[in-house]
Amino acid sequence: MLTAVLGLGQIGLVAAIALGWASKKFAVDVDARELAVNEVLPGVNCGACGYPGCSGYAGAVVKEAAPINLCPPGGSEVITAIARIMGLEDDVTEPQVAVVLCQGDNRKTTQKYIYTGMHDCNAANNIADGPKQCPNGCLGLGSCVTACPFDAIEITADDLAVISRERCTGCGLCVTACPRQLIRMTPATATVHVLCNSHDKGGVVRKYCEIGCIGCNICKKTAPEAFKIDQFLAQVDYAHDDDAAMAIDKCPKNCIVDFNSTYPDGSKFKPASIQPPTPACAGKDLP
Amino acid sequence: MAPQLYMSSSPHIHSGESTNAIMRSVIYALLPTCAVSVYYFGLDALLVLLLCVAGCLAAEALCCLLAQQPVSIGDGSAALTGILLALNLPASSPWWLALFGALIAVTIGKQVFGGLGHNLFNPALVARVVLLISFPVQMTSWTAPNPIGSGVDAIAAATPLGEMQTAVMLNGQLPPSAHSGFGDYFIGNMAGSLGEVSALAILLGAAYLFKKKVITWEIPVSYLGSVIAFGGIMWLIDSQLYPDPLFHLLTGGLLLGVFFMATDMVTTPITRNGMLIFGVGCGVITVLIRLFGGYPEGVSFAILLMNGATPLIDRYTRPKVFGRILHKT
Amino acid sequence: MDKKTFVGGVHPPDCKHYSAAKPIEVCPLPEQLIIPLSQHIGAPAKEIVTVGDQVFKGQTIANATAFVSVPIHAATSGRVMAIEPRPHPSGKLLPAIVIEVDGEDRWDPSLKGLDVAHWNSDELRQRIKAAGIVGMGGATFPTHVKLSPPDDKPIDTLIINGVECESYLTADHRMMLEHSEKIIDGINILRRVLGVKQAIIGIESNKPDAIACMTKAAAAHDIEVQALEVKYPQGAEKQLIDAVLKREVPSGGLPMDIGVVVQNVSTAAAVSDAIRLGHPLVERVITISGPAVVEAKNLLVRIGTPMEFLLQQCDGIKYELDKIIMGGPMMGQSQLSLAAPAIRGTSGLLLFGHQDLPHIEVGTCIRCGRCVTACPLHLLPATIASYAILGRFDEAEDYCAHDCMECGCCTFQCPANRPLVQNLRYAKAGILAKQRRT
Ligand code: SF4
Ligand code: SF4
Repeated sequence: MLTAVLGLGQIGLVAAIALGWASKKFAVDVDARELAVNEVLPGVNCGACGYPGCSGYAGAVVKEAAPINLCPPGGSEVITAIARIMGLEDDVTEPQVAVVLCQGDNRKTTQKYIYTGMHDCNAANNIADGPKQCPNGCLGLGSCVTACPFDAIEITADDLAVISRERCTGCGLCVTACPRQLIRMTPATATVHVLCNSHDKGGVVRKYCEIGCIGCNICKKTAPEAFKIDQFLAQVDYAHDDDAAMAIDKCPKNCIVDFNSTYPDGSKFKPASIQPPTPACAGKDLP
Repeated sequence: MAPQLYMSSSPHIHSGESTNAIMRSVIYALLPTCAVSVYYFGLDALLVLLLCVAGCLAAEALCCLLAQQPVSIGDGSAALTGILLALNLPASSPWWLALFGALIAVTIGKQVFGGLGHNLFNPALVARVVLLISFPVQMTSWTAPNPIGSGVDAIAAATPLGEMQTAVMLNGQLPPSAHSGFGDYFIGNMAGSLGEVSALAILLGAAYLFKKKVITWEIPVSYLGSVIAFGGIMWLIDSQLYPDPLFHLLTGGLLLGVFFMATDMVTTPITRNGMLIFGVGCGVITVLIRLFGGYPEGVSFAILLMNGATPLIDRYTRPKVFGRILHKT
Repeated sequence: MDKKTFVGGVHPPDCKHYSAAKPIEVCPLPEQLIIPLSQHIGAPAKEIVTVGDQVFKGQTIANATAFVSVPIHAATSGRVMAIEPRPHPSGKLLPAIVIEVDGEDRWDPSLKGLDVAHWNSDELRQRIKAAGIVGMGGATFPTHVKLSPPDDKPIDTLIINGVECESYLTADHRMMLEHSEKIIDGINILRRVLGVKQAIIGIESNKPDAIACMTKAAAAHDIEVQALEVKYPQGAEKQLIDAVLKREVPSGGLPMDIGVVVQNVSTAAAVSDAIRLGHPLVERVITISGPAVVEAKNLLVRIGTPMEFLLQQCDGIKYELDKIIMGGPMMGQSQLSLAAPAIRGTSGLLLFGHQDLPHIEVGTCIRCGRCVTACPLHLLPATIASYAILGRFDEAEDYCAHDCMECGCCTFQCPANRPLVQNLRYAKAGILAKQRRT
């Protein structure tokens, strides 16, 4: 017993000395600013900046004068903080969130064929342009989910991708992952969106989707400033979207959604303004 | 209008082989061994078998439910783990030992890694080793074979390997049992865990697996070959101290290990050269432990050690790609 | 005769009995031909006719736009009805020239054969390109490109591919039985173009009648016939060369790098037609088969004939279709509908009902190594696939993912039914995208 304790103790001692010596001997001089920048970065190593992890980016900012606004998850706070450390002028970008411009889940749209194979949108899209009849709609196989480092995207039970506005940090990785380019970065302040991505004519859209934009112009008539119609597809003009909400009830296809009050059908995400009722309170109220 | 036609990437046909079928074949191949063990050890053996299988199935179902995954007991891998575990236990194992082993096998051996296909170590062997270290007494109380109908009570006995180790330790030379009785060993008339008894039954099962092409020759051949070669060399050096290779082959869990555990696909290399290295490694370690180690039997440790080395082996045994002169590793 | 082969591969059920004994029948003309501008590997052709034009059979209606490209011809006489996107076998809508068939089937009078006296490499090569000849085994690689090796790559052997290792397909088999003379003639022309003496015809030994027939026809011409073991993908170019000559085409290289040119038997026959008669590639033999078709047939079909029409010639289907495959079951493309036309690379049209195809759940990889043993290129499909799924394309590249020829052996063999080929394709696309970025 005693030998064992002593033996282990010795090993521990030797290892400790070796480690201590190594840390002295191989110590690397790090610019204090680099440490400070690394400190203010979120530390999620998402790679959205294009550098290997947060420390890589911190190094690049200090040594290579990399732009200080490359960290989308950090948002404006991080940019301000880095700017202070580096003594640079603050050039804040507006915070953004990603929106999936589609509501056509499997109940609301039709399919061309039954797809079997790799569970990935890009792979499916290579087979006769994807199983969905709509050439621009969400395939629901979750390539964006895989790309998102923040677990901000879910695929509903009916195969539609929905992005949580709270969890989304605006890194934009999902945008490139989607083969149908239907995820768009929008200003975080804009909550009203036309959730459709199909430029097909109204008659065509009607055939394959219950909830697709048919380009009827009603929204534009209701709020001329806030909408523009581009090839049979209405889009919110995020520069002047103050009145956009007015058109929500007017849209005959229900494809305008205000994320402040509702998320697409079947989503487990809920608008921030609607707090789930807390059952504990209900009990407490009783005398 | 629901679509009628399927589309997918090529190929559009399939060999028809399935994971379930593979697991089922292995289970079938183990039936003779199970039967022999029940014949020699009676209802005790049957109980251990049933407990292990039931335990594994239950543990698997539980894990899946907890992880909110579809329950995967249908793929047969849990049942197989149960059988393999039982074959690694003594017939006299108490019920709790079997159940605890099953729990360990499925949870620590498999599910913590993410379920079938992701485990690094052979689940049944993980459980065996955990049990062996935690409950050495129960795990090494062997009974002599007691064929059904012989009407005698089970008596305690030592395994041939255990006998050998004790004799070598005490007298500095092999016991008489290491020189004779090979016929009994072959049909399984010796003490040991359920699956260690009959070489004949295991060979039958192995033949079935080869015929069904479930296992390939690489690992069994290299494993057996290296045991024979290494054991043989030691025997030639000193036949008083080291048993002959045939003794190595027929006793202990070697054959069971060679054909049913070292060939477990999940935990062994996927490349041919990797499999050969794996087999040789297992063989050498087995003999080393048997002759020089603290435990009389080394098959489980050998296989587990090599399981751990599998990712490394796979990495450095990449086959030469067609049309390439050299490949980088 | 000893049967040669390569290492790896699988044994899919051959299922050729449906159509092997059926002589080639001439398919009647449909009312419309849909002739896509993209029928080959390389740049699509550019149309040179306009809507309303009258065209003859064999008239060039679209020109090659690059060296790796071939012209397209009208497959019968008639009027150009439209030039617009139409269903293509790839499942997309792609530009096609639609011809309203006039039923007279008049050859373009300007088409003439080439007199033997004028045979020289360049002229022959020119003719072969003008005739729009591409690899008819399914790869549709322009033949003239294969026949134009640079000077530093001397060719010593011409291998003729009569393997037809894909299940169900019997088109090449019937060609060898019924047109062996024409094939031999084509081989002679090809030898002339390349200036080589040695020519070997490789045939899988499950076609003894074709071997006998070709041996007889080849006897007088100093052409060898080599029986090959029945194994898929014996007909893949690199595997065929490996089997016949024991030479490995370097990764990323072409057969011409090791002094070999491979041509399919039907291509050889088409070459003969193009040189002797001046006829461009306007028709080919297609096997219409599968458990769901009423009468399986080998049809001589005009390029551009809609698949629906082909099916009518075979008395339709027995039960509801589950999958339509153009090409063979291992490498063919599943079809969106029967609206797409037969093109130059179409070797077969296969029809399956629900009970005829596997519908197996995809499980997790059990690391059984079946895919490793099956891969004829000795890749590690399971490893590459797992890297591909994780998006780790650097590692996938390190494991030579881009060497994969998508033969399908790995997926065929995988007991967990993992879509390995698709994963490999995904990896290849990822690697390509990565290379383009840097
Ligand atoms: S990895 Fe590619 S080449 Fe190898 S078997 Fe699979 S599809 Fe064929
Ligand atoms: S065949 Fe399938 S299960 Fe076996 S190793 Fe390859 S991918 Fe895994």
